[in-house]
Amino acid sequence: MSPAGDANDPTRATIGDLHGRLRRREISAVELLDAHEKRIDALDGEVRAYLRRTPELARRQAEEADRRLASGTGLHPLTGIPVAIKDIFCTEGVETTAGSRILAGFVSPYDATAVARLRAAGAVFLGMTNCDEFAMGSSTENSGYWPTHNPWDLSRVPGGSSGGSAAAVAAGMATFSIGTDTGGSIRQPAALTGTVGFKPTYGRVSRYGLIAFASSLDHVGPFTRSVDDCATVLSVIAGHDPLDATCFDRSLDLSSIGDSIRGLRLGLPREYFEVDGMEEGVKRSVAQALEVLKEAGAELVQVSLPHTDYGLAAYYIVAPAECSSNLARFDGVKYGLHDPEATTLMENYFNTRREGFGPEVRRRLMLGTYALSSGYYDAYYLKAMKVRTLIKRDFEEAFHRCDAIVSATSPTVAFKIGEKASDPLAMYLCDVLTLGGDLAGLPGLSLPAPAADGLPVGLQVLSPQFREDLALRVGRAYEMASGWTAEVAPQ
Amino acid sequence: MTLSRDQVRHVALLARLGLRDGEEDFYAEQLSRILDHIDRLAEVDTEAIPPTAQVVEVRNVMRADEPRPSLSQEQAIGNAPVAEGGFLVVRAIQEPDPG
Repeated sequence: MSPAGDANDPTRATIGDLHGRLRRREISAVELLDAHEKRIDALDGEVRAYLRRTPELARRQAEEADRRLASGTGLHPLTGIPVAIKDIFCTEGVETTAGSRILAGFVSPYDATAVARLRAAGAVFLGMTNCDEFAMGSSTENSGYWPTHNPWDLSRVPGGSSGGSAAAVAAGMATFSIGTDTGGSIRQPAALTGTVGFKPTYGRVSRYGLIAFASSLDHVGPFTRSVDDCATVLSVIAGHDPLDATCFDRSLDLSSIGDSIRGLRLGLPREYFEVDGMEEGVKRSVAQALEVLKEAGAELVQVSLPHTDYGLAAYYIVAPAECSSNLARFDGVKYGLHDPEATTLMENYFNTRREGFGPEVRRRLMLGTYALSSGYYDAYYLKAMKVRTLIKRDFEEAFHRCDAIVSATSPTVAFKIGEKASDPLAMYLCDVLTLGGDLAGLPGLSLPAPAADGLPVGLQVLSPQFREDLALRVGRAYEMASGWTAEVAPQ
Repeated sequence: MTLSRDQVRHVALLARLGLRDGEEDFYAEQLSRILDHIDRLAEVDTEAIPPTAQVVEVRNVMRADEPRPSLSQEQAIGNAPVAEGGFLVVRAIQEPDPG
């Protein structure tokens, strides 16, 4: 392995840095790919971030990137940059399974919009990354294939559901990656792996070609090693798409993210600093980060999100209800697993879904089906949608008093593999600080705060809908003022 | 809220999920614990609160109904476990009620 701090090691570099080196022909896209393949060969046997790699496709894309770099035409900041893709984005010609056995062998006939945009920009696809099955989980232990290990401590989880995408960037096995966030599935793994993770406003990035979990909550976003890189990737994947009716048509203006935060008001929600199970190390780390932001000129103000205590309950009705409907498509007829022995259609449904879905997915399918079933709809689903309104209003109120909200991303650092595996409610509580941002559709950034006992801690920045620039501006100011630079796990 | 084994069996039927031996008790226990937490929603006064199904306001999207390129029939059913002559094959749907 390269020694820590080797500034020339391309597997530790940012997109911005590599783009300059590619343009100056100090490195070719093929050499950049080779360096990553070598790193993955050396490390991924232990980390297990990739479910499957796409070496032939990557080689073709890298060669094409080198042609563009030689001719100077069709160049883009992502041309030749290696990317890892969460196994939940349909990728043409590549097996895409959402981390589920029920989709084993499914080769997507088309690209998700986000993937198509990365492809057009000339990014190099290293492979598909592991995730909790259908993005349901907070540790990547619910993958139908295997758990991914945290590169900072292999006995710990990388968070989830986008744990493979986070671990790949943290371990220097991809320059950036994309993932999805439905209750915290980008921000929480970013926090646990010391990477930068960002989910934009709901509808900023098209969901077309994303294997759906909860349609009103699913967000697409990047994992990177700097806030600038986050902005670069977001600028590529964001934007109106006629193939997703909820994908809005508004321009994304990130030109102010380099501005000072002097005079910006940062809200500290009382409830987010008092959640059950908040670790002392995380508290201390966030307090240090807040000092840095204050010194950079931000004004810290107390705010309140009074319905925080009901967020988890509302989320665990809305998300399972939507998934119980979305996952009806896995019927053993159109794609994926089926039971060749079944003699009736019903038997095929039952057997395919029993064998193909793991315990967490089946738990949520039943919970969602129950919440939508006759006699319970008003008490659960309708009630949860009303509480969602109150949670959204809490944020709107708070944003009258502040420009952005800061807190810890996760109440804990990365926990041991197996520690929460048998207690679903304990696992759900991992997302207690992130799921409000999904219920309200807000931009949410997680970036590395000072480590606690050698393990990464995430600082979360939430901003009002459509104001991605504010979250990124606060994050970038923190990055500059703290002198923090991207670190790759010292494996 | 405590779910009975019968309720678990009923919900699994609605969700078209087969259960393995012992799973009725397993899910009854786990789902009951989760519902115990969820029941706190009842504490919130939502009398005058409208439901939110969609957080970013969107308008209905219309487009001209014109033919355009799409997946071929072959591509569209290329992942089907069983296909014949361009069609998906399913078992007969006329059958006794499994419940």
